Amino acid sequence: MNAQEQKPFAVVGERLPRYDGADKVTGKAIFGPDVALPGMCYGFILRSPHAHARILSSDTSRAEALPGVYAVVTAADLPPAESADHRYARDNTFASDKVLYVGHAVAAVAARTPAIAEQAARLIAVEYDVLPAVTDVLAAMRDDAPILHDDMRTHSLAGHGDKPSNVASHFQHLKGDPARGFAEADVIVEREFHTATVHQGYIESHATVATWSDDGAPSNGALTIYTTTQGSFSVRDHVVWLLDLPMSNVRVVPTEVGGAFGGKNTSYLDVPAALLARKARRPVKITMPRPDVFLATGPSSGAVFRVKMGATRDGRITAAQAELYYAAGAYPGSPVGSGANVMFGPYVIPNGQIDGYDVVTNGPRVSSYRAPGGTPANFAAETLIDELAEKLGLDPLEFRLRNHAREGDERLDGGTHGHIGGIEVLQAAQTCAHYTAPLTGPNRGRGVAHTAWGNWGGRSSCALNVNGDGTVNLVTSSVDLSGTRTTIAMQAAEALQLPPERIKPSVGDTDNTGYADVSAGSRTTYATGIAAIQAAEDVIAQMRARAAALWDVPVESVAYARGVFASGADLRFTFAELAEQVTGSGGSVGSIANVDVAEWGAGFSTHIADVEVDPETGKVTLLRYTVVQDVGQAVNPAMVEGQMQGGATQGIGWALYEGYAYNEKGQMLNANFLDYKIPTALDVPLIETVIVEVPYPQHPYGVRGVGEPPIVPPPGAIANAIYRAAGIRPDHLPMTPAHLLEKLGVIES
Amino acid sequence: MTNKTLVSATVNNEPVEFLCEPQQSLLECLRDILGLTGTKEGCNDGNCGACSVLLDGQLVNSCLVLGVEIEGRAITTVEGLADWRGLHPIQQAFLEADGFQCGFCTPGILIATKALLDRKPNPTEADIRAWLSGNLCRCTGYDKIVRAVQVAACHLNNTCEVDA
Repeated sequence: MNAQEQKPFAVVGERLPRYDGADKVTGKAIFGPDVALPGMCYGFILRSPHAHARILSSDTSRAEALPGVYAVVTAADLPPAESADHRYARDNTFASDKVLYVGHAVAAVAARTPAIAEQAARLIAVEYDVLPAVTDVLAAMRDDAPILHDDMRTHSLAGHGDKPSNVASHFQHLKGDPARGFAEADVIVEREFHTATVHQGYIESHATVATWSDDGAPSNGALTIYTTTQGSFSVRDHVVWLLDLPMSNVRVVPTEVGGAFGGKNTSYLDVPAALLARKARRPVKITMPRPDVFLATGPSSGAVFRVKMGATRDGRITAAQAELYYAAGAYPGSPVGSGANVMFGPYVIPNGQIDGYDVVTNGPRVSSYRAPGGTPANFAAETLIDELAEKLGLDPLEFRLRNHAREGDERLDGGTHGHIGGIEVLQAAQTCAHYTAPLTGPNRGRGVAHTAWGNWGGRSSCALNVNGDGTVNLVTSSVDLSGTRTTIAMQAAEALQLPPERIKPSVGDTDNTGYADVSAGSRTTYATGIAAIQAAEDVIAQMRARAAALWDVPVESVAYARGVFASGADLRFTFAELAEQVTGSGGSVGSIANVDVAEWGAGFSTHIADVEVDPETGKVTLLRYTVVQDVGQAVNPAMVEGQMQGGATQGIGWALYEGYAYNEKGQMLNANFLDYKIPTALDVPLIETVIVEVPYPQHPYGVRGVGEPPIVPPPGAIANAIYRAAGIRPDHLPMTPAHLLEKLGVIES
Repeated sequence: MTNKTLVSATVNNEPVEFLCEPQQSLLECLRDILGLTGTKEGCNDGNCGACSVLLDGQLVNSCLVLGVEIEGRAITTVEGLADWRGLHPIQQAFLEADGFQCGFCTPGILIATKALLDRKPNPTEADIRAWLSGNLCRCTGYDKIVRAVQVAACHLNNTCEVDA
């Protein structure tokens, strides 16, 4: 075997089966809604029917009197708020003075059966003074808009505003001289875009079981919560924050997670279940009905964009400008910041300005959704990029390449680009089977879009314990999302130089693992992998020292390679032989690595879409779809492909089908999987993947985050394909048949 | 308090008897009374397919069937696919082809796949997509699911190409 054929890794890069695979195909895996404890009762949450109303009074006495009811709780059961952020979190748990969206929780009941709990909740009498509601982001910014929070003042560079406003904050990125940049341009394009609120759409609803130990008074007992979440520690911290408990007394046990995509970074049911369980003095389970998932849990922002770009005749971007207006829902915190990061992210913009507005509206408080804020911003920017390329007569990939950033280039949103593989991705797209294949036939077109996405590092913990037979237990606090315990264990196996079947990974809880941030931001395989590698290196160091002691040789003389410790010509232990020795004397070997990874590699992705547009019905059919992405080093290529295909399909749903529909009262009209349509197997073709590997130097094996980038480019790629097919530039998401028929002039808006 | 009805049925080839309230769905009976939590609730209104089971060999959403309706009838859930010999070839195929990510919709998709392959041993890609269009998956983009069904079909038909 010559050097070129030699694989750099023994385990990393292999298409290994998942450790949890068998349990996932037999129904044995325990998800949130599957948890049951002895003596458990059931909780139900009463929610507001109004989008905006003052609570005049609330009477729970009839609910409490219903036989089989064990507890009723409201905002009055929560400790008082200590800051604005605390009050927002508290009020989003149970409304106190006002309800701010349909589905806003106002009370909860625990009862012997789910049916009794629901019946009792309906007996709670809440008197509302209904107020005008606003769900549209621009309408919420008007002077005559109903104000959600009387004490909210716009926070901007100039400080705080002097009158109540729904604009929570305004930020600005400025680079160079945009006016001069546009004056230098030969071609200028400018458009406004509107995108709907969308939901993460995980198939598993939220579910929580809470139980208290009764040592002493119930209030100083210990709380255990079984919940479906992306972060056991984030749930713990949220519960501690809202219930004022010692961190040590709250144990959060994460279950298997049935899809999350950012939507399970946020805790919804844990505090209500804990309050009910304390009052009822028995375990309480709450499972959220599907309509409530749409109404009351974290969608992603609906948004409006005003974007302008200019370029010279030779294909250089001279200036770019964008205004981003993001609906945050009931409380501030939209992903407008990361939307601004994505906006012109891949390109060198010599002169530019981005203004971002975080605006509260009468909808559920938004939560993260896979590359938060990026997808609609990319749709707007990549439409204009495509239009510039067209006006300049350049191939759309070539135009992007001419303007692409390289390491060290200054970003419009501040800072500089790190080690990136965006150019390699575009070049791979240019030569891939899809882009080089002809597309023929009427009403058909091909479009591309390209994105940068920042990714994340953060805090992770991984423990390894060596058993007497040479097997190794790996415990991580990072909740497993779609197979991350496998990709973490594969990195541990690589570092330990052991076959992967010798490693047994599992996900621990907050009592028995070190701190970890949420499994989000495409960080888990990357950052928790680094923790696993560090723990493995420490295990090997300890094992070498133990071998040296057993052999009575200097530790420097003990070498380790491919599962064998050796010193000199004749001293030799396999990993298992040494493991047996060390467990028998001097204590066993184990290590825990806690890391806070401060650097990480950005991800780049180019998508290619072929569509056919029916000019009579406006229906868009996807004929072919390809995802090209730099993943640094694919730890498990099959799982990487799955992330690319799944992310792209969510982006396709965002592009063509998905969106919250509200009436004038602010009520959501489509809170179910029939009317809120996510893609089915019939709506997408097989999705081709091109994995590009530009190793990220700060990770021992070159890994970059993978999960988020592929959701970003689909709307832009599809919109640009629609333009080539039908000659119209969609400017709304979702790009429904009605929107296309309006653009085609077939129907009026 | 509602009166409960005694229901006798066959679940995964075993006789079962259980007491069920008249409004309880088959999904609730399977999960909450019989402890068969492999069958999942995604929407409880027949739109996601996570609760798919076979009722006398027919693919149904168990959230849309009442528990009392299965009197004297036979149900197959995901727990009934594997037996003492090991995993069912469909389960094996989904493992081999990485036909799942989070695994939550998987039980329903496995059951729907069984119903398809029982009727149509050699489905085309279009057949598979049409048949599975009632089973929502938010993770995979369906690509590896469609391929897993194709692998399952060749396993069951003994037409898989053997590795050289």
